[in-house]
Amino acid sequence: MGSRASTLLREEEIEEIKKETGFSHSQITRLYSRFSSLDKGENGTLSREDFQRIPELAINPLGDRIINAFFPEGEDQVNFRGFMRTLAHFRPIEDNEKNKDHSASEPLNSRTNKLLFAFRLYDLDRDDKISRDELLQVLRMMVGVNISDEQLGSIADRTIQEADQNGDSAISFNEFIKVLEKVDVEQKMSIRFLH
Amino acid sequence: MQMIACVIAFCTVISLPYGSNGEIPQKPTGGVTILPPIKPDAGPQAFPDAEKANMPVFTMDYPRIQIPFEITLWVLLASFAKIGFHVYHKITVWVPESCLLITVGLIVGGIMHSVHEEPPAVLSSNVFFLYMLPPIMLDSGYFMPTRAFFENMGTVLWFAVVGTLWNSIGIGMSLFAICQIEAFGVQDINLQENLLFAAIISAVDPVAVLSVFEDVSVNEQLYIVAFGECLFNDAVTVVLYNMFNFVADMPVVEPVDVFLGVARFFVVGLGGMGFGLLFGFVASFTTRFTSNVRAIEPLFIFMYSYLAYLVAELFAISSIMAIVTCAITMKYYVEENVSQRSCTTIRHVIKMLGSISETLIFFFLGVVTVTTEHEWNWGYIMFTLLFAFLWRGLGVLVLTQIINPFRTIPFNLKDQFGLSYGGLRGAISFALAYTLPDNIGRRQLFITATICIIIFTVFIQGISIRPLIELINVRRTNRNLDTINVEVHCRVMEHTMAGLEDLCGQWSHYYWKDKFLKFNNRVLRKILIKDNRAESSIVALYKKLELQSALEILDTVTGDLSTSPSIVSLYEEKKGAASKPKKKFGRADLSNMHDLLSKNMYKIRQRTVAYTNKHTLPNDIQTKEILIRRHASIRRSLRPGSFQTEPIPKSQKYFSLPLGQNLDSYFPSKRRSHADDEETMSEMAYPSRRSRFGRPARSSSRAMVPLHRLGTLTEATSVDVVSEESGRGGPRVPPVPAPRRHSDNAAAEEEDAGDAERHARSPPLSPSWAPEPTEPQDNRTVRNPLLRRPQWNPKKQ
Repeated sequence: MGSRASTLLREEEIEEIKKETGFSHSQITRLYSRFSSLDKGENGTLSREDFQRIPELAINPLGDRIINAFFPEGEDQVNFRGFMRTLAHFRPIEDNEKNKDHSASEPLNSRTNKLLFAFRLYDLDRDDKISRDELLQVLRMMVGVNISDEQLGSIADRTIQEADQNGDSAISFNEFIKVLEKVDVEQKMSIRFLH
Repeated sequence: MQMIACVIAFCTVISLPYGSNGEIPQKPTGGVTILPPIKPDAGPQAFPDAEKANMPVFTMDYPRIQIPFEITLWVLLASFAKIGFHVYHKITVWVPESCLLITVGLIVGGIMHSVHEEPPAVLSSNVFFLYMLPPIMLDSGYFMPTRAFFENMGTVLWFAVVGTLWNSIGIGMSLFAICQIEAFGVQDINLQENLLFAAIISAVDPVAVLSVFEDVSVNEQLYIVAFGECLFNDAVTVVLYNMFNFVADMPVVEPVDVFLGVARFFVVGLGGMGFGLLFGFVASFTTRFTSNVRAIEPLFIFMYSYLAYLVAELFAISSIMAIVTCAITMKYYVEENVSQRSCTTIRHVIKMLGSISETLIFFFLGVVTVTTEHEWNWGYIMFTLLFAFLWRGLGVLVLTQIINPFRTIPFNLKDQFGLSYGGLRGAISFALAYTLPDNIGRRQLFITATICIIIFTVFIQGISIRPLIELINVRRTNRNLDTINVEVHCRVMEHTMAGLEDLCGQWSHYYWKDKFLKFNNRVLRKILIKDNRAESSIVALYKKLELQSALEILDTVTGDLSTSPSIVSLYEEKKGAASKPKKKFGRADLSNMHDLLSKNMYKIRQRTVAYTNKHTLPNDIQTKEILIRRHASIRRSLRPGSFQTEPIPKSQKYFSLPLGQNLDSYFPSKRRSHADDEETMSEMAYPSRRSRFGRPARSSSRAMVPLHRLGTLTEATSVDVVSEESGRGGPRVPPVPAPRRHSDNAAAEEEDAGDAERHARSPPLSPSWAPEPTEPQDNRTVRNPLLRRPQWNPKKQ
């Protein structure tokens, strides 16, 4: 795997990915070998089946949604660039990045982008709103069989009520950000990628 | 039946050494008052006088069954005690089981003492080490979460080996220093004996601590280190014990001896592991051929692990390490080779034997406490307690400082506190103390001190550790009880992160780990695992699993039927949702919701899934629920014509998976879903499947998806049957409302449907993708179920 990785991933590509995502060279190579090991078809792209072969994702309540997050709209395959682009959301925010607030292009792992990722886990139809049903779906996924639907409905209602400011009975992205303003999202949604 | 036979066999085996010696205890059971056979002159005769020539109608021969009978009664009594504890659930939450067992033992001991009976002298060295210890070790080794363990191996070994050494030597030295003080009157204990005693009491026992850690959801790093440490320091303690025992005889200790001691330590430890590995591999290899003798499959596991233990004992190397390593090695391969039932049987029996042994040991601890003669020495014992506590705390502190830089997730002070406070002593210490040879002058004192420290730690530390940990936790976590939003969204984030970590395979970055895995896949698996695993067809297995899960859910929710709303009411609620005025939520509602969520939300994927509680089998209900939902949604999507008129959401396309492949990939992983297997295992396990699909070209990926309905359509009917059955099994909510629900979410994404149609009509790229005859029935049927496969049924069961 190691030798394949280095031959198939050209230096220019690594540089481009580095610029786009902020990963280091060794991180990129390591993640590439992981990508290759998942890629059973050996055609340089991953399909949903490849992801679903990971057993832990199968028993993760949000497994399917996580997988879906990797695939851009309507696509069924994701190449390494796309893979890295998605993973870049979870790079820890470094201190020197925290200082630049509004640079030309916001880094992929900014707080807003992390929250957008989380938001998109709920919002399947991409209408930029979490409706009650979308919320219920996710809640139901995360909860055992002992909660009745009525109770879950109440919880969903309450959630929307807390967040909703413009009265449309749905949570928009801005409302989502507002509700989580006290939460340490940078820490919660970061993986310490290994070198 | 198998298990009863096992127990009886076990008891018989135990009784064998007692064939000739007369130390058999008397239990004060009603009706039988025959004294031990060593006093033949007392008591009534078993048989009536031989003078009578008549045929005795009713005879009684107690001595014949005496030994197995009494063993069985003891085991039963201890087990009844366990049942008794769980009747009142609140007790077990606050008081660890070991406390309760000791208490019951104390009570029984008190009874026996008052009627001047002797306690059962079953705790001879042989019986303990040959019969009672192996099941406990096998239990610990078999249910150890290997993945988490190997990740933290360095830390675990560090704490286990170095920590135990630190503790032993520290305590031993300090006690020796104390002994020098004349006031305590223990000057005759020399250094070796002190070290020996210190080695005995430095072994930490996991029983109470781990159940508390589990309940309080302490972070998994701490958990696995505590667990691993307990496991391995048993081995270290036994080694040290033997070493110091040997040394205690010698009047003078020379540096050569110390060096030899260290060398011996390595021989013992590594030798034990080597034997364990050897037997593990042999066992795995054997199970490759047992497909025709399923009934005795579990036997091999037990025999081989026990053999590993005995052979290690033969060579006086660490038998604990041997059996634990054997169990770890075996489990991985054996669980793939044996049938599902054998797998279950093995787990059950291991848990049972381990439970029995442990119960008996604590029980006897209680009994022995009351009935033996104690030698009490205030100074010695108090200082023992003090030093044990002190050195453990110091040890954890110092060791953590050293090892923290090497860890990916360092331990903070709270973790360290938990680790040091959780150092309870238990079974091993007791057994080792009890089996001290008689040439140790102050044997009674040591026994008393050991019992004292065990009882102190188990009762006081065991009961107080839970509130303390919760106290610390409360200060640590930011329980912002104001919004439900935060709770829900944070949970979503945590699940996501757990999933992503798995996806990235974060743990597999160690070079050696990767190498081992490759070696494993290429060489070991080929040798040790059967090739054909089609013991039952996919559908039959699926059916069985679904039925099992459905039945289990039925068991748990029968009480809640009344609370589930009827479908009609839910429909109406949905219709009226838009016009419903905003509900007001009071504070009580809010805290109810928080409670509800915190109790019912799935825990984040724990890597220590395999080990939930020392006294119960692993709980995989959460996994099963999740998998059931996925299968249900797969099934629903397969039902032909189910979603004819529903618009297709573009974003839900991601569930379009060829069913055959999907299901296949889930079954074996479900069995092994205790989540301590590397993903490469499942990836490598399906080499055959890949060839079916060849190399899908990029552009045709979409075509493949809807076309590949193949044989699954024929299976659909049987699958439907399954869904009906499990639909009945889950009485709460039939899947009927599902389509309605999903129609609300589905944005009409015709573009995707159009694409799929186009591809469906285009010539297939390879024979396997040819549309089935049923395909033209309705393109939308084909497209829809796969595309429309509802993600989760929000009203699932």
